[in-house]
Amino acid sequence: MNRTKGDEEEYWNSSKFKAFTFDDEDDELSQLKESKRAVNSLRDFVDDDDDDDLERVSWSGEPVGSRTRPGSFQSLSDALSDTPAKSYAPELGRPKGEYRDYSNDWSPSDTVRRLRKGKVCSLERFRSLQDKLQLLEEAVSMHDGNVITAVLIFLKRTLSKEILFRELEVRQVALRHLIHFLKEIGDQKLLLDLFRFLDRTEELALSHYREHLNIQDPDKRKEFLKTCIGLPFSSEDSAHIQDHYTLLERQIIIEANDRHLESAGQTEIFRKHPRKASILNMPLVTTLFYSCFYHYTEAEGTFSSPINLKKTFKIPDKQYVLTALAARAKLRAWNDVDALFTTKNWLGYTKKRAPIGFHRVVEILHKNNAPVQILQEYVNLVEDVDTKLNLATKFKCHDVVIDTCRDLKDRQQLLAYRSKVDKGSAEEEKIDALLSSSQIRWKN
Amino acid sequence: MAFPHRPDAPELPDFSMLKRLARDQLIYLLEQLPGKKDLFIEADLMSPLDRIANVSILKQHEVDKLYKVENKPALSSSEQLCFLVRPRIKNMRYIASLVNADKLAGRTRKYKVIFSPQKFYACEMVLEEEGIYGDVSCDEWAFSLLPLDVDLLSMELPEFFRDYFLEGDQRWINTVAQALHLLSTLYGPFPNCYGIGRCAKMAYELWRNLEEEEDGETKGRRPEIGHIFLLDRDVDFVTALCSQVVYEGLVDDTFRIKCGSVDFGPEVTSSDKSLKVLLNAEDKVFNEIRNEHFSNVFGFLSQKARNLQAQYDRRRGMDIKQMKNFVSQELKGLKQEHRLLSLHIGACESIMKKKTKQDFQELIKTEHALLEGFNIRESTSYIEEHIDRQVSPIESLRLMCLLSITENGDARCSSDTHYGPEHLLTFSNLRRAGLLTEQAPGDTLTAVESKVSKLVTDKAAGKITDAFSSLAKRSNFRAISKKLNLIPRVDGEYDLKVPRDMAYVFSGAYVPLSCRIIEQVLERRSWQGLDEVVRLLNCSDFAFTDMTKEDKASSESLRLILVVFLGGCTFSEISALRFLGREKGYRFIFLTTAVTNSARLMEAMSEVKA
Repeated sequence: MNRTKGDEEEYWNSSKFKAFTFDDEDDELSQLKESKRAVNSLRDFVDDDDDDDLERVSWSGEPVGSRTRPGSFQSLSDALSDTPAKSYAPELGRPKGEYRDYSNDWSPSDTVRRLRKGKVCSLERFRSLQDKLQLLEEAVSMHDGNVITAVLIFLKRTLSKEILFRELEVRQVALRHLIHFLKEIGDQKLLLDLFRFLDRTEELALSHYREHLNIQDPDKRKEFLKTCIGLPFSSEDSAHIQDHYTLLERQIIIEANDRHLESAGQTEIFRKHPRKASILNMPLVTTLFYSCFYHYTEAEGTFSSPINLKKTFKIPDKQYVLTALAARAKLRAWNDVDALFTTKNWLGYTKKRAPIGFHRVVEILHKNNAPVQILQEYVNLVEDVDTKLNLATKFKCHDVVIDTCRDLKDRQQLLAYRSKVDKGSAEEEKIDALLSSSQIRWKN
Repeated sequence: MAFPHRPDAPELPDFSMLKRLARDQLIYLLEQLPGKKDLFIEADLMSPLDRIANVSILKQHEVDKLYKVENKPALSSSEQLCFLVRPRIKNMRYIASLVNADKLAGRTRKYKVIFSPQKFYACEMVLEEEGIYGDVSCDEWAFSLLPLDVDLLSMELPEFFRDYFLEGDQRWINTVAQALHLLSTLYGPFPNCYGIGRCAKMAYELWRNLEEEEDGETKGRRPEIGHIFLLDRDVDFVTALCSQVVYEGLVDDTFRIKCGSVDFGPEVTSSDKSLKVLLNAEDKVFNEIRNEHFSNVFGFLSQKARNLQAQYDRRRGMDIKQMKNFVSQELKGLKQEHRLLSLHIGACESIMKKKTKQDFQELIKTEHALLEGFNIRESTSYIEEHIDRQVSPIESLRLMCLLSITENGDARCSSDTHYGPEHLLTFSNLRRAGLLTEQAPGDTLTAVESKVSKLVTDKAAGKITDAFSSLAKRSNFRAISKKLNLIPRVDGEYDLKVPRDMAYVFSGAYVPLSCRIIEQVLERRSWQGLDEVVRLLNCSDFAFTDMTKEDKASSESLRLILVVFLGGCTFSEISALRFLGREKGYRFIFLTTAVTNSARLMEAMSEVKA
């Protein structure tokens, strides 16, 4: 290490090296001044050595030379040749608990610096509130979260929680560290106290609610959720909490019932399509899908009927239709699909209507491998002609494509499509018939 | 295709030294526990460990059996147990349960915990509380920089993102500072430093402190890397939230690249088994397509396949001697290329299949509309439908965040009713992290602020206000986008084969904000003239420059730039900056806390059981 003279002067005089002013040994210490080289080595030794090493070796009065870093030590002992080495060595190797004897050893800034290096460093000597806060502020201004937490652990242990909370309220960075620390070690009680103190009611509620994740037993979890209902959530969240409780309550009933049905083996739907997993703790939409799959025809009064779920949880129309469609299509229950989009007006005429748009219906049906006849029916219901043509082409609904081209009087497109159908097929014949027809006034 | 670097582009420093250092340090630590021992490794450390050492190295240093750290009783019968873990509370509890079980059974063994990359006081506190402090010895394995590629260093700390940007915990800042210190020790000082973001500034300051304390080491060294740029992830969430369409990003989004390698399943390998493949510059095929827009990749691969065929075909008509030459010299290379080609073709097919199923086209269209700020109503209803269909909860969340940030919280889908009650906590987290901004309940915030400021002196009040700013901040994306020209004006088709700007990584629709900021600052060598942008980014106090008069810096080193992403970077950003580098004759080196993508960001925000 090459220090310039100026550096060394500053090094020696600056307060941050006070640490080495061993109180009762001023005389011997003054001799140290004579050897700057030695000082540097001392700094090396103290600052860079791993305190773990020092700790592992419990001091037994042996000469320090037995330590692991002879290089550093050598220069130290050279410099101290006429002072009793032993009087320094115990200080260096002293177990952390004993540091309290040396109340002026480390300034707050030296202390946090040592902490940053991962060294064992007792904080016990910071007893006045002012000292503690100064220590905390030094830690915060250094930015190292690990050190901030270390100081907070100390503060948490040595301050009443009211004082700790009060001081942290105006120290947001430290406060966030404490909150995270409490979350991590799972000190839920103190965390809730803290939120209560800070008047952070929503966080308090969320934090309490979060606990449900750790409860495995469905009945216990349900009971726990019940305790969350009255908590001060935002109005939106309150509704969700209520829903969450009701949903789990439902799921418990449905699960018990269906497990029974399935094992009895009497119900066709469970025989044909055994359940892949329990419905407990599944999301709302999954539950709706499940109910559309296994309990579609049930009357509204039962807990497991889709309509009942829809009403209880105010599931929007679109979401309901999408889910029901996916479930019924998966079962290839085309009549149900048909019924889903059939509405009757007051004169008794039926009309097809889809809140999600028929283009979407077609895509979902296709994903569920619906046969062309079914697809065709819904492609025809797509209002926008371009979209209809695109979908019909994409899903090979030849009749729809051909009829649409005819309606559009688009001879060119029909001609082009002819190459896409199989040679000698009925579709080809149909196209040829149209192309040769004199009835149609083609636009091109 | 596979643009070459400019001839004057600087050489990259050799980062393999970092691997050697880490390995040697680990060996040293293992040797601290002489004799046979069983090693328990945390799952998250396995892949990084794989990249620098292998089992036989561990065995050479008397590691007997290897176990994964998981919450199960240990079956080890060894007299010495060594744990290689991240500094996490749950690991401490696990170790404590083992040690205490041994104690109960009257069994004495030696225990050593090696924390990587460093230990935390909270961990030691748990050891103390559990009554095993002193029974276990602790060490640190400062392995914080893993070279994943010639230009990519990863700290492999995905938790950085949640810890800092959600919880406000600054525990990893020292780790970053230490890593930067190590780099400057090995590769010389960085004459030009820039940064933006609160965390960037803190990391920079801590690093500087470190250098001052240990000065002398880097002084007088010739700088190898001329610039360093630190950037917080929350300066630009938008880019990280977008679907990726350059090949490497797409592979990451689809198959998840983990620690520089990917598991290609049977659908890719077209055999019955999965294959673990390293993806880096050494894979010659991959190296040529990694930065390409996906639409070019197929064409490129089939051209490659034809060339390969032609080379194989040369065999015909060879005489014996030529054939012998061919077999001994070329065949191996051709076979290797063949293998890689068929892998990447398989990957492309699989990506195509998956993306078609997801209506990727429509998704991308919506994303572009959000970025450009038109048809907001249409996009909103697309997202609502996405939620309704429960296509993928993570995807829906991502789109909602994108909508909310690009529209500054003004547009909102009626998500809550659609989303179901189970995502309450996730939503709350997204809001806290600023990924979901809702129209500010302005009054509430002011009330809290004024309450707090009453309690403190004026000077401190300023500080508190900015502690709150992360909660209150609006994204201002639209204004920033305009200022920085993030949406390129295109006359006609954007030619993705011959990209003209970094927007190509998003099909020509959007220049990644993070990369644009870096480009602008490097151009000016300062933040001058970017005040308004910085203000809009809510970073007025956190944009900094620091230049040292460094006449020793060679002109070559001044074209090498280390970009540090705090909170993760995406492959799209890496590709964009590689492109910028080729255009300007720079080379970028990436240091990231972890490689991320939109799904990882969203997953980091969800709550799971403790």
